[in-house]
Amino acid sequence: METSIIIETIVKAIIVLAVFSALAGFTTYIERKILAFMQRRLGPMNVGPHGVLQLIADGTKLFCKEDFIPANAVKPIFKIAPIITAATAFIAMTAVPFFPEFEMFGYTVRPIIADVNVGVLFVMGVAGIGLYGPLLAGMSSANKWSLLGGARTAIQLLSYEVVSGLSILAPLMMVGSLSLIDINNYQAGGISDWLIWSQPLAFVLFVMAGFAETNRTPFDLLEHEAEIVAGYATEYSGMRWGMFFIGEYANLFTVCFLISLMFLGGFNDFYFIPGGLAIVLKVMFLIFFFLWTRASWPHIRPDQLMWLCWKILMPLAVINILITGFVMMF
Amino acid sequence: MSLQDLKERNVGTQEYMLVQEDDYPKTGWEEFKQVMKRSIKGELFGGLKITLKIMKEALFNNNMHTVQYPTEKLPISPRYRAVHKLLALLESGENRCIGCGLCEKICISKCIRMDTRIDENSRKEVLEYSINLGRCIFCGYCAEVCPELAIVHGGRYENASEQRAHFGLKEDFLTPLDELKNQQEYDGFGAISPNADERMKKTPLAY
Repeated sequence: METSIIIETIVKAIIVLAVFSALAGFTTYIERKILAFMQRRLGPMNVGPHGVLQLIADGTKLFCKEDFIPANAVKPIFKIAPIITAATAFIAMTAVPFFPEFEMFGYTVRPIIADVNVGVLFVMGVAGIGLYGPLLAGMSSANKWSLLGGARTAIQLLSYEVVSGLSILAPLMMVGSLSLIDINNYQAGGISDWLIWSQPLAFVLFVMAGFAETNRTPFDLLEHEAEIVAGYATEYSGMRWGMFFIGEYANLFTVCFLISLMFLGGFNDFYFIPGGLAIVLKVMFLIFFFLWTRASWPHIRPDQLMWLCWKILMPLAVINILITGFVMMF
Repeated sequence: MSLQDLKERNVGTQEYMLVQEDDYPKTGWEEFKQVMKRSIKGELFGGLKITLKIMKEALFNNNMHTVQYPTEKLPISPRYRAVHKLLALLESGENRCIGCGLCEKICISKCIRMDTRIDENSRKEVLEYSINLGRCIFCGYCAEVCPELAIVHGGRYENASEQRAHFGLKEDFLTPLDELKNQQEYDGFGAISPNADERMKKTPLAY
């Protein structure tokens, strides 16, 4: 029994790593295509039919590119920083249930690596450590743009960690559990049971905080190329740079899974659609939404971002918690 | 704009308009009201709608701006001054050039060089004709001055080459005999572009 759990966990970990690393590459292709269509362009077209092999070309380029380290950089930290980003992004996935349970060869597979009873807390905590990747990269690069990017990492990710934490407190109070499986089962009674209807404000706040924490474009001050070249990633090249972006896209998937699990009914059956497909559709729609906003909305300034976080989103989250508490009490 | 405005150097102040039509908020309450108004107005969703509409147009109505360049090229206007061509006589396939030397003479960057001789019929014959495209500024004087319409500007605008000094020789410019049936007569400066019909917009008089 013990060995079977160990083997099962290792297999699951490898599958998650392989699938999400590949998905990260594929999402870059999808992103380029969708952004292109939204700007009346074609996007990649030449490598393979409609450019589908572009991601192999990009991957080859990233692996073969010279990996240089600036002369005045703090070398060990400079080398470790991208690993932190990628690693935390994948570690955060351990407590995320991707699909409902299913039977395979008479063996019940639970598509979650570790069903800890503090799932949400674990995911948020590890995603919070992800801030050290860009921060250390920015500070160790010996480059003023990187340093500015690192400083922005600290303000942006730390501030929005507060908002995302506070905003999910209210739904968690209603569910009464930190386990993502419990949160999912709480919404098992069909579309009217989804937490988005009882907690619309928390949903909006969590999506906004998710944008900021995954460093997606309306809120990507860390590497805003119009202001600070490429921010924390300025001095990185090759696969070290690639790891930052694998981490970013893995985070994107984690946040999309979290939003669908906590607010959009998770992997419960949706009318005639089976649960496994339902969550994939929800995540795909959310990914599309992330790309859609990237094409539509402009960057905001750091001061606007901080203003929004501390003067609007944080008070709203606290008010939401208060109201939820009073409603539950009486 | 009157002459008076022009003289007082306040040119341009008349045509500008302020984008932000609301007054700038002064008190905290006004600022709060502005924030609430902007939050509820849903301008951001208007932006999302526009991009989705553009994507729909691009995907289903093929409303793309992309030209897939090496395989697809935009039509070039006859007025465009690209790499030169030497035209041949359609009847005999002979070079139209009579060796008068006017193009060589008028060339302001001195990049045209021609070599002539008097042949046995005591007609002038052109032996060599080369244009150094590395020096040519594509002013079009040679094409304009040519009395026989022998040298014209063609539609080939890709000048990339391994060696820029002398890749414009007579055989590069002169229409080959087997290509003679494809030779287009020179439309001349001021001719309309080949896709003029598509680009035409109706003037108010038409409706």
